[in-house]
Amino acid sequence: MATLLRKSRALQLLGLMFPGGFWMVVFFLLPLLFIVVLSFLDNERLFTLEGYQRVFDPLYIGIFLQSIWISLLTTIISLLISFPVALFMARLPKGWRDIALFAVMIPFWTNFLVRTYALQFLMRNQGPINLLLQWIGLIDEPLSMLNTPAAVMVGLIYGNLPFMILPVYTSLEKFDWTLLEAAQDLGASAWPAFFRVMLPLTAPGLLSGSILTFVPAIGSYVTAELMGGGKATMIGRVIAGQFEQAQNWTFGSAMSLILMVIVTIFALIYFRLGRGERVAL
Amino acid sequence: MKSDFAIELVDVVKRFGTVAAVDHVSMQIRPREFFALLGPSGCGKTTCLRMIAGFEQPSSGQLLLQGKPLGDIPAFKRNVNTVFQSYALFPHMTVAQNVAFGLEMKGVGRDEIRRRVADALDLVRLPQMADRYPKQMSGGQQQRVALARALVNKPEVLLLDEPLGALDYKLRKEMQIELKQMQQQLGITFIFVTHDQEEALTMSDRICVMSTGHALQVGTPLEIYERPNCKFVADFIGETNFLPGVVTEISGEYATVNVADMSLVGRLGEGVTLGASAWLSVRPEKMQLVDEARANPSALNTNSVTIDSVAYVGSDTRVVVHLGGQRLDVWDENNISTLDPNFYFRAGERASLSFPADNALVLVK
Ligand SMILES: Nc1ncnc2c1ncn2[C@@H]1O[C@H](COP(=O)(O)OP(=O)(O)OP(=O)(O)O)[C@@H](O)[C@H]1O
Ligand SMILES: [Mg+2]
Repeated sequence: MATLLRKSRALQLLGLMFPGGFWMVVFFLLPLLFIVVLSFLDNERLFTLEGYQRVFDPLYIGIFLQSIWISLLTTIISLLISFPVALFMARLPKGWRDIALFAVMIPFWTNFLVRTYALQFLMRNQGPINLLLQWIGLIDEPLSMLNTPAAVMVGLIYGNLPFMILPVYTSLEKFDWTLLEAAQDLGASAWPAFFRVMLPLTAPGLLSGSILTFVPAIGSYVTAELMGGGKATMIGRVIAGQFEQAQNWTFGSAMSLILMVIVTIFALIYFRLGRGERVAL
Repeated sequence: MKSDFAIELVDVVKRFGTVAAVDHVSMQIRPREFFALLGPSGCGKTTCLRMIAGFEQPSSGQLLLQGKPLGDIPAFKRNVNTVFQSYALFPHMTVAQNVAFGLEMKGVGRDEIRRRVADALDLVRLPQMADRYPKQMSGGQQQRVALARALVNKPEVLLLDEPLGALDYKLRKEMQIELKQMQQQLGITFIFVTHDQEEALTMSDRICVMSTGHALQVGTPLEIYERPNCKFVADFIGETNFLPGVVTEISGEYATVNVADMSLVGRLGEGVTLGASAWLSVRPEKMQLVDEARANPSALNTNSVTIDSVAYVGSDTRVVVHLGGQRLDVWDENNISTLDPNFYFRAGERASLSFPADNALVLVK
């Protein structure tokens, strides 16, 4: 056996791949297969396409589109917030940089659910934000901020911001600032220098951050539930509803798979965009 | 009005916190001149260049480009270009895109850009590399691209910050010659930063020697080497022996210094006064060693010495001698007599050391 192992390269590879492969099969491939099978079976365990037919109901298409739209907006706003923050962090002296990095990561230590509840509390009708606005006289009646798509978006942005800041920061920290001086030296004012030199060179970080924000956002359930109230703002909430209250696993599975297809499409777009950037670097 | 100078620094100071990186520096750089800023690490060379380029603002003083104050004109509007020490090529652009960048920023037409980029790449002898990325090129090739990227803009002044620093010795020598030819051919003012004195001496029309933020001396390579105006410059440029003494006589262009009871005569340096202590500086290749029997001990600057060691180093033989408690380096250019061990001096022997007064310099201490 031992000599056989030593001789056969194929066997060696198989041995090395086993732990990872086993993990992938048990925790990823099998559940996926399970969902695929479920999506084609009705309550009597007979083949059906009903799950997929229902997805094309305008009601559910609307929720899918709204989920994509909210996730895209979340990603773009996160990017717009993260870039200046990461830029500021990258320009700090070395010691301060580590402290800033630490500060960005501290929220991770608190449970996501707890943080979302805290945000919900802040935005309540009688919450601190409304009280403050009333106190300084900006509004007379409390603003009802919760249970809207905007509230979901605020929750998503708040919850996922570190996933955007960290990759953007990493790419900015690696950025060679003399390149900006070189651009200026060659006659580029601030904006052309930014768009022609800084943006293309930090794009890999911006893309990673975007995909790391977009994917959790479009699949989000907890945030949609807590910030969106009972309303069907995000598809994640609808899917959960089918598995729990409605007990329609066929439809729930079908929607899950459609969601996966959507995420895969966005991931493919991301890899395509990323490839062009990487060639030269 | 056209100024006589391409660049002028008028009493320029640059402070970083409490450190004066550039301390009251004035210099005038002539059009089409190859001007070197030479000095040890941290003396403020890069800071001078960065102020001219517009990346730093002087704390006080003024910079003039062709007689016009640069004031706070931003870097991107100054008609000067820089070759960065690290080259700073844009890694996501091909060689041609790198070179075209400056022209695009100035809104030059497409056809003209194509033509000028091709010309610039011809100039640096890289025409076949237009579509490569910087990562795919050697250091020497990247250096040429950086040069082409700057020169294609036809700047009034080209700033080069240790452009050859990262190249190996042989390539460095080749590029020195090539750069110099290019500068003469294009008629562009070059300001060239280096801490390599040999490089400065062989390439420059004039050199400014800097130390701790001060411009110590500006002059031609000959002036800097033959008539350094202070001990630092004499020490930094080439090799030299310093003998400490007291000035006992000044007559015309010469001064006599009493060094350990010997009277030695050299040319009078700037600011040397009678009775003051001074350095007598004499370069190792400007002294002669002869047999005591054949020497005239009463001749000027002639003294008996003990040979300490003799070393053959290819082009010359380097001898260390003892003169009145001082160790001196003496370099004899190799010839038949120095190469014959039976004939030449050996350690422990005595010899006579002499040098003409014109070959020594008396400098303030
Ligand atoms: N941005 C800065 N902040 C603080 N100090 C600086 C800064 N830039 C330069 N200095 C200091 O100013 C002095 C001169 O620096 P400069 O880079 O001009 O030296 P240099 O002559 O180019 O040296 P080298 O040969 O090592 O490149 C140094 O003491 C340096 O530490
Ligand atoms: Mg420097």
